[in-house]
Amino acid sequence: MLFDYAYPLKVGKNDIILTMMQSLRNAVTAPSLLSGFVLFNPQGPVAEAQMHIFFTALILMLVIAVPVFVIAAVFAYEYRKSNTRARYMPTWDHNTFGEFVWWTVPTVVIAILAVVSWHSTRDLDPYKPIHAEAAPVRIQVVALDWKWLFIYPDEGIATVNYLRVPTKTPLAFEITADAPMNSFWIPQLGGQIYAMAGMMTKLHLLAETVGKYQGLSGNFSGAGFSEMKFVADAVPPESYRSWTAEVKNASSTLDMSTYARLRVPTIAHASTTYSAVDPDLFTTIMHSFMTARQKPEYHQNHAGTH
Amino acid sequence: MTHAHTLKDNRTLFGFWLYLMSDCLIFASLFATYAVLRSATYGAPGARELFSLEFVFLETVILLSSSFTMGLTVYFAHKGKRALMFGLLALTFCLGTAFIALEVSEFSHLIQEGLSWERSAFLSAFFTLVGTHGLHVLCGLIWMIVLAIQLALPRYHEIVMRRLICLSLFWHFLDIIWIGIFTFVYLFSFIV
Amino acid sequence: MFGRLTLDALPHDPIVIAATVFMVCVGAATLCFVTYFRAWGYIWHEWLTSVDHKKIAIMYGITAFVMLVRGLVDASMVRAQQAIAVGNSAGYLPPDHFDQLFTAHGVIMIFFVAMPLMFAIINAMLPLQLGTRDVAFPVLNSISLWLFIAGAVLMNISLTIGEFAAAGWLAYPPLSGLAYSPGVGIDYYIWVIQISGVGSLLSAVNFVATIIKERAPGMTLMNMPIFVWTVFASMTLIIISFPVLTATLAMLSLDRFLGMHFFTSDFGGNPMMYINLIWTWGHPEVYILILPAFGIFSEVVSNFSQKRLFGYRSMVYATIAIMFLSFIVWAHHFFTMGAGANVNAFFGIMTMVIAIPAGVKIFNWLFTMYRGRIDFRTPMLWFMGFVFTFTLGGMSGILLSLPAVDFQINNSLFLVAHFHNTIIGGVVFGYFAGISYWFPKIFGFKLDERLGTYAFWCWITGFFTAFMPLYALGIMGATRRMSHYSDPSWQPFFIVAGIGLVIILVGVFIQFVQIAWSIYKRHELRTPTGDAWYGRSLEWMTASPPPVYNFAIIPHVHGHDPLWARKQYPHPSIPLYTNIELPRNSSVGIVLAACSLALGFTLVWHMWILAALSVMGIIGAVIARSFVTHTEYILSAHEVARIEARSNAL
Repeated sequence: MLFDYAYPLKVGKNDIILTMMQSLRNAVTAPSLLSGFVLFNPQGPVAEAQMHIFFTALILMLVIAVPVFVIAAVFAYEYRKSNTRARYMPTWDHNTFGEFVWWTVPTVVIAILAVVSWHSTRDLDPYKPIHAEAAPVRIQVVALDWKWLFIYPDEGIATVNYLRVPTKTPLAFEITADAPMNSFWIPQLGGQIYAMAGMMTKLHLLAETVGKYQGLSGNFSGAGFSEMKFVADAVPPESYRSWTAEVKNASSTLDMSTYARLRVPTIAHASTTYSAVDPDLFTTIMHSFMTARQKPEYHQNHAGTH
Repeated sequence: MTHAHTLKDNRTLFGFWLYLMSDCLIFASLFATYAVLRSATYGAPGARELFSLEFVFLETVILLSSSFTMGLTVYFAHKGKRALMFGLLALTFCLGTAFIALEVSEFSHLIQEGLSWERSAFLSAFFTLVGTHGLHVLCGLIWMIVLAIQLALPRYHEIVMRRLICLSLFWHFLDIIWIGIFTFVYLFSFIV
Repeated sequence: MFGRLTLDALPHDPIVIAATVFMVCVGAATLCFVTYFRAWGYIWHEWLTSVDHKKIAIMYGITAFVMLVRGLVDASMVRAQQAIAVGNSAGYLPPDHFDQLFTAHGVIMIFFVAMPLMFAIINAMLPLQLGTRDVAFPVLNSISLWLFIAGAVLMNISLTIGEFAAAGWLAYPPLSGLAYSPGVGIDYYIWVIQISGVGSLLSAVNFVATIIKERAPGMTLMNMPIFVWTVFASMTLIIISFPVLTATLAMLSLDRFLGMHFFTSDFGGNPMMYINLIWTWGHPEVYILILPAFGIFSEVVSNFSQKRLFGYRSMVYATIAIMFLSFIVWAHHFFTMGAGANVNAFFGIMTMVIAIPAGVKIFNWLFTMYRGRIDFRTPMLWFMGFVFTFTLGGMSGILLSLPAVDFQINNSLFLVAHFHNTIIGGVVFGYFAGISYWFPKIFGFKLDERLGTYAFWCWITGFFTAFMPLYALGIMGATRRMSHYSDPSWQPFFIVAGIGLVIILVGVFIQFVQIAWSIYKRHELRTPTGDAWYGRSLEWMTASPPPVYNFAIIPHVHGHDPLWARKQYPHPSIPLYTNIELPRNSSVGIVLAACSLALGFTLVWHMWILAALSVMGIIGAVIARSFVTHTEYILSAHEVARIEARSNAL
């Protein structure tokens, strides 16, 4: 198992949560009703582990929440004013044992959750590379106003608002922005990370099954934010390789001048592919915010385009 | 002094302390910001290249001595020696003005060299932190003028002591902030 | 002279024009009404310049309800847009207008509804619960009120002249920086919050000084009502956290006005620092709002169970624990920024730890009900609603506090559902409980019970109908702040959420009717003794509404629930009245607020000369005030006796 700590409720081969989800799926006659809940329909190990922690925490919290709901309902009914048979003790305001219990039980539950949290956070650190048989694919992500640019540095190709990845292969994303802060997020593969100008963040994911998954920006970034979407198309490794070869044969290239046109704000940009890309583009974009020398003119003019 | 007035003094001083604490947190935010942006010079000169320790030492001596004269002002006010009180308050005022003048000259010098707050994040943080302190000193100076008038007029004599103590608290507080600035902004630039 | 203000700033959009016309008409009608009844003198002397904490409380309350209407209109427009803007339909709002709406909704609900409702309740009840005649600094209290109102007015001006911010309620840079938001919207946002924020800070100083210095003789800290304790914790949080907000927004405005580089993407600026700083304020802020609500529930449960509050000490310790913990959890708002696993784990665990004292409080309330005689009046209904709703909100909060889970639900509608769950279920229900509980104290008559019950049921069904779909949508991968989406299977959920909002609106409408109806029926609903609910604490010892001096004779306190104790062991005595010194009215608050409003407006529009004049106005007003000597007047013992005799005769 890739992320052991995400499965504390697993005894031998019996995973309580997996069983629960399975029976839930069986119970609902129309499976399409459930598949819309993308977070509960993970297609990669990261998203699956994250879902497991979600339910583990939920079950643990019920230890506190259920008694609260029951006690509230029972006391409200039993000690209502009209029930004169119930005992009335107007000065009873302290019980050491009782208070000990409800300081201790939540503390224990939170302590267990804290252990789950500590291990799962380190285990599922987005910066931690995923180990698998296949060699990882490196993808550079640039959030622009309002579209996503994906650069495949090892293949020398680039795409806009369209991401094609091989299945069962670790995906190593390096993320920056040439725009306000966005959040790079493919819910069915795993959680998001911010895309920030002049900085690089990292995210490691893996797609287990073939499919088209929604990708989006989580963090509001201005007028075109709602349309900052892309398709994450997970295909078998062989067809991924043939796709890259196909793209390489296309005619359009992404050099600095094409990029200068691309970065002009647009809403709902069509998905595009580029057969060749300036190998330094990603670092150039990042460094344009960091050093005085490389500051391109267009930063000043950007405001005018809004 | 009547019982009611002691109560009121007590209350006012406590309230003023609370205000000083909150003001202290504004400076804490600015100090934290300065610490984060200290190295963000963006190719422009940093703290070590810009500051002259002798100049800042002069500023520090002036502000510290104004704190001393302020303390003496309160002391003589309590003693009822009005001439000394006014004299020392005037001296405090002059020292405060001299401090502001030095700060303005430092700022204008930097700006003339093309190193204004627009040049880098470090300079923004520097001008804002030191400038906010300067603005506080300026407010203190205006307060001194107003209070000097009220000290001179007999009908304010029941309340002016309370105000003088608040002013001196404020002034000492600015001194402490300055020691922080002197240490973290100026001294550290030569050490770290 | 007029900076960048031109006629173009006037509204063009028909919706905004309609709103403007409506606002102008209501304003003009009010002015005409007041003039027709020649009430200007009365309003000026009895209200606008009043430093009486009870009147200040009422003015906070009125402003809060007016702004609540605006916040709800914004919410309705957001819900309507999201109910229809799917697939090929772009909805009825352009993205820019939509973005202003959700930004304004957040700012209004937090700063101009929740905060003033809190200050209304604190102003009304704190001095009465402490057994004192006023707050420590009555004139400062009036200044706080008017600064807050100046902020609210500037907020509404932004609707008509220019635009409001469109960058979310916390205005993250670089989006809120000059490069991406060159318009006046962010500047309005900054000055609206700065002006009202200074008011909040001054209020907090005032209330802490009141609690520390003005308690009735015999009231030790451990004898204070729990509401006072929670106010103390909340106001301490304000004193510590609001300066950070002020400094942060000041730096953002320096970036925008003077071209500094605190939070720009380039020139070495650091937008992540803004996010850290704003949440160092922002997280305590939610506890600033919720702690007084916890205090209100403590009073309500104890009173309507006719029983002592269970575990007073635990309650105090839990309050203090929450106060401290609220400062070391801020980074849980941005686990997704890539701070590293250890940092995230630390902040996540600290966040969960807050659930312990919060859970203890819930159990203590429930065991206050145990072996009580529970009278389910409206305040108690709000409490029961709170227990169920808030516990649910706490659970979703724990889920969000797990960094690994947070990566999947941060920024989603799950998050939106979570904080509405805690803020509506905790803060709003708490304040409504407080209003229905203490209304008779301030006005002398109760609110109609039947309408109050209807309003409660509308709110609670409306809440669940509106926000459960948002939890589901979050799980479906829907983010917050979308003006349009393409997945048609989301639409039914958004429509149900919209229906939920309509139910809440019906609830709010019933509340307004309830107030009007109760005023109409005030003679039947009157509480002649002043003690509307067979109360336990000092506020019920004096007449309702209380006389200007609150207590003719300052009570002596021994132990908890002093009034309850007096009822058990009555010892009648002949009152011996003395002269009472009271603060005179002052117009300095309204003058300062007018100057601050002018300053904010002129800065937004870059009218530098007028801005300088406004600053001079502020300084001048403060100096002029310092020359005023006769700030108090004496109410003679004879007069006090006359007022007391009249209120006892009722």
